[in-house]
Amino acid sequence: MSESNEPEILFGIYCPPHPQPLLSPDASAGYGKLRAAFDECRRRIEESEADIILVYSTTWASIIGHQIQALEKAVWTHVDDDFHYLGSMPYEFAMDTEFAHAMKANCEKRGLEARTVEYEGFPIDTGSVVALQLLNPENRIPACILSSNMYANRAETIVLGKAARDTLAAQGKKAVVVVVSSLSNRMFTEHIDPAEDRIHSQKDDDWNRKILEFFGDGRLEDLSQLSRDIHGQIRVQKVVAYKPAWWMAATMGQHNNYDGEVLAYEALHGSGGAVITLTPASGSVGDKEFDEDDVEFYRGDRNVLDKGMLE
Amino acid sequence: MADGQKGQIVAGCLAPHPPHLVYADNPPENEAYSEGGWETLRWGYQRLARKLKNIDYDAIVIFTPHWQTYIGTHFLGLPQFKSKSVDPVFPNLFRYNYDLTVDVELAQAMHDEAAAQGIITKMMKNPDFRVDYGTITSCHLLNPEWDKPIVTISSNRNTHYYSPEVMVEQATALGRACAKAIEESGKRVVLVASHSLSHRHFVEEAPLPEDMSREHIYNHSQYVWDMKIIEMMREGKSREVIDIMPEFTEQTIAETEGGGLIWMLGAMGYPEFPAEIYGYQSVIGTGNVVACWDPNDETREYVL
Repeated sequence: MSESNEPEILFGIYCPPHPQPLLSPDASAGYGKLRAAFDECRRRIEESEADIILVYSTTWASIIGHQIQALEKAVWTHVDDDFHYLGSMPYEFAMDTEFAHAMKANCEKRGLEARTVEYEGFPIDTGSVVALQLLNPENRIPACILSSNMYANRAETIVLGKAARDTLAAQGKKAVVVVVSSLSNRMFTEHIDPAEDRIHSQKDDDWNRKILEFFGDGRLEDLSQLSRDIHGQIRVQKVVAYKPAWWMAATMGQHNNYDGEVLAYEALHGSGGAVITLTPASGSVGDKEFDEDDVEFYRGDRNVLDKGMLE
Repeated sequence: MADGQKGQIVAGCLAPHPPHLVYADNPPENEAYSEGGWETLRWGYQRLARKLKNIDYDAIVIFTPHWQTYIGTHFLGLPQFKSKSVDPVFPNLFRYNYDLTVDVELAQAMHDEAAAQGIITKMMKNPDFRVDYGTITSCHLLNPEWDKPIVTISSNRNTHYYSPEVMVEQATALGRACAKAIEESGKRVVLVASHSLSHRHFVEEAPLPEDMSREHIYNHSQYVWDMKIIEMMREGKSREVIDIMPEFTEQTIAETEGGGLIWMLGAMGYPEFPAEIYGYQSVIGTGNVVACWDPNDETREYVL
């Protein structure tokens, strides 16, 4: 733990959930580049002194609050719903149970509904499986996976990130933070030749490149502030908001003091897949004054509909 | 065509799949144990299951929103699946050991007919694939003996990718293709649309999930919408149900967004006879009705 009682985040990784970099990296040059970027991240993790890999996965949707994977040894063979023909993904992951239980307690202290899951055969999602298989194949470092609540919006997600900071600081663990998410997430709706994969539209590609520019400059809090715009512009409306940048900023620190590096940006069946690292640094970039308020404690629904009714 | 007879759809069931219902039933296949709960739905299911026992059929074809595919519609394509289904949202309630058989011939026929009509399709032939809990729950409650082969059809996410209106068009086209394949197969088939009506959940769970003093619909708007839809079902207005579906889906975050009911009613040619209603109840805030469309005038009942 650092002297300021702040958590020690070694670096963050933003990576895509699709299975192609794991199962078919040779099917296209782009998939191969993404795989190489994952491999580079794996190497950096191995050379780091990380005590835990903390994963926030957008492909693990939850309803009852925020779920935290706590099974000490999670073993199964996963198959993706869409890309089942690419093959199976057997896995055996080591989870940091101590962290998971403390994370639950810290979520509750900040007003969040949360629970751990410790069940043999629990279906760990494609994104988490891909990330942990590629980033930590030998289970050298224990992990923990957090779900993405489908109804959660900004306040809840920010507070979830702060609960993660609380937990890391309290346990004095050095962390690599991993966010599993696409950039633009519109895939082609027909089967394609992987060799001809491309971003679904020019608009998606333009937005992706703007986001990558921000990441490259280390402007994580700026991206957090832009999340609602990103959701409206390039995200298929499957959930209420684009949340990964909110959680990543709240967990790593809500500022722009990072060294950003875009290791790869390629299409994954039309969606935008990027492998990016953010390393805490001293310099800062950006000229924005943020207009989204910060939040420390989640107080639930405001019951607006029950207030101010005409007599 | 088997024996020169035309195949037919002998029943269509709207069969919601909250895992709570299996949990409440305490079957030996499920690891979790409960003190009961949600009897209105479970007793309704039991009555419908008894009715199906008296119908001669060869297979269940089920459309599930918990096998979500973005690249076309997929069909289970291997003869047997045996594994454990753990609900990713309610793992405390549902850890079900299943061993089921698939009518691959029928699945392939529906796949081929849909593909011939321009629908993007895929057969799922990975033996490690885990069958979704929607399929398991609805099929368990309709046929706890698992003595009929099934075919699971995935939900292509047209509502999210395009709009509820596009889903109506796509799921209806798929339904028609499946109906044609069934007719040519010579088989007698029960169709199942596995989903709730209104679908806004509470995000907290009672310490005892089956504590029925805590169970109610998420809000009154959902209830009113659900009742409107059920009233139209009772009146045989299935075409009107589909016409109003986009607005219903948007207003109540309804699980009809997955396309199951549209697919089923489309396959049945928008029946104008009344649906049999077996029960309505909320589960963790969502609205659920068990209903059946029986095309046989002699066996169709007024249940509730």
